[in-house]
Amino acid sequence: MKITSKRINTVLGASVMVFASSTVAAQDLSITVTNLTQGLYFTPILTSAHTSDNHIFMSGETATAELQAMAEGGDISGLVNMLSNADANSNENPAGGLLAPGMSTTYTLTNDSANTHLSMASMILPSNDGFVGLDSWKIPTEAGTYTINLNAYDAGTEANNELVNGGGAPGVLGIPAAPGGDSGTNGMGVTDTESNTMVHIHRGNLGDDDMDGGKSDLNNSIHRWLNPVAKLTITIE
Amino acid sequence: MLTFSSIKNQVITSPSKSSKVVIAITFLLVLSACGSDNDIETQTPPPPPSPAGYSYSITVTNLTHSQPLSPLAVALHNDSKMWMIGEAASTGLEKLAESGDSSDFISESNALASNSGDGVVMPGLASTIEISTTDRNATFFTAATMLVNTNDAFTGLTGVDISTLAIDDIKSWNLNVYDSGTEANSETMGTIPGPANGGIGFDEARDDVDFVALHSGVVSQDDGLPNSVLTQAHRFDNPAIKLTITRTK
Repeated sequence: MKITSKRINTVLGASVMVFASSTVAAQDLSITVTNLTQGLYFTPILTSAHTSDNHIFMSGETATAELQAMAEGGDISGLVNMLSNADANSNENPAGGLLAPGMSTTYTLTNDSANTHLSMASMILPSNDGFVGLDSWKIPTEAGTYTINLNAYDAGTEANNELVNGGGAPGVLGIPAAPGGDSGTNGMGVTDTESNTMVHIHRGNLGDDDMDGGKSDLNNSIHRWLNPVAKLTITIE
Repeated sequence: MLTFSSIKNQVITSPSKSSKVVIAITFLLVLSACGSDNDIETQTPPPPPSPAGYSYSITVTNLTHSQPLSPLAVALHNDSKMWMIGEAASTGLEKLAESGDSSDFISESNALASNSGDGVVMPGLASTIEISTTDRNATFFTAATMLVNTNDAFTGLTGVDISTLAIDDIKSWNLNVYDSGTEANSETMGTIPGPANGGIGFDEARDDVDFVALHSGVVSQDDGLPNSVLTQAHRFDNPAIKLTITRTK
């Protein structure tokens, strides 16, 4: 009997699948995020293991609408959907809300072996469109504990007017909240333009010492920072 | 070919799905065995490495909000550093850090190879330049660029050993901002060469600490320095650039 080319293809395809499935193994990452600041809060944290060609954000590139929603209002649902469609393994909101200054949260992310890179993002409050993030860190294959310092980025999607007015929806100018209750009111606004529309390193909040007026609603002795703003500790077993 | 015939027989006589998988594996092993024989017969040795030398592609991404970067200066040289924390800046580095002009800096490097970008790198954008050498000793890498809306801030790295880079290897750094220590950070009219002011760049007088250190940032007129020509938009935090080197040859 003759083996047709079609049959050979089918047979080869099946055998490839057998070999491939034998290499798929889940991996547990134990992750701790520490807020290194004294006056800033992190909104619900999204951590995701994904393939090398996926990103939550990239510096020097324009923010996606999903990134903008996270950076301006702390809404990670769009990013979660995007990553889910890319077969990523994600952990959402491990702190059950805000991660307060100086606090840590620990959680486990179980990832498939195909998802070789790790990313993380969370909005910084109070800020207009500031976020802390990790972009596509190659997950080591060797067991051990790895520590990464994370920087604050500006999504480049909103002018940093530094007015706390509840504006958290994408495209609405303003800061949604200052969770510490330590911001002022009636500021004039630091600026109404955003000249750099790419994702870039945040220049920091300006703030002022005027709780009722001035340029900014933020406080220049509480709401500033220098990088790094967060520490990520990852233990691979 | 004897093995191949026996597989045909098994296909005919083993219609169940699980048997087919076993057969498939057997079949694949047979195929790969044949394939390796063929490889030996047809394999041609890889061409010997070209004596033409080494080429690198270097990309700088400006991560700042409003600090254009002077054209990136790159050099390959012997084992040396072109600046050190706590040491006085060379005149070439002073010129680069105060005016963005890298020509003296590069000539000081005893560079075995050098190049300079062809334009200012605006915030949020990236620029790529190439550097090539035939010298086997040119394995240390330096890159530097000025943040032009400052008195004397620069960023880069110096004397980094790249001898272990194989072709197509990529190495990347996020880099911090240095202060050359050669000009006081007055931020006043006439002292900032960038578009915030269009002032004078290089002044050979050294009216500062006269050693290189990490930069403390700019203050700006929005933050209580009334005579500053800079605004809150010109403030920056580390890192200021992402630098990537790829060996291409």
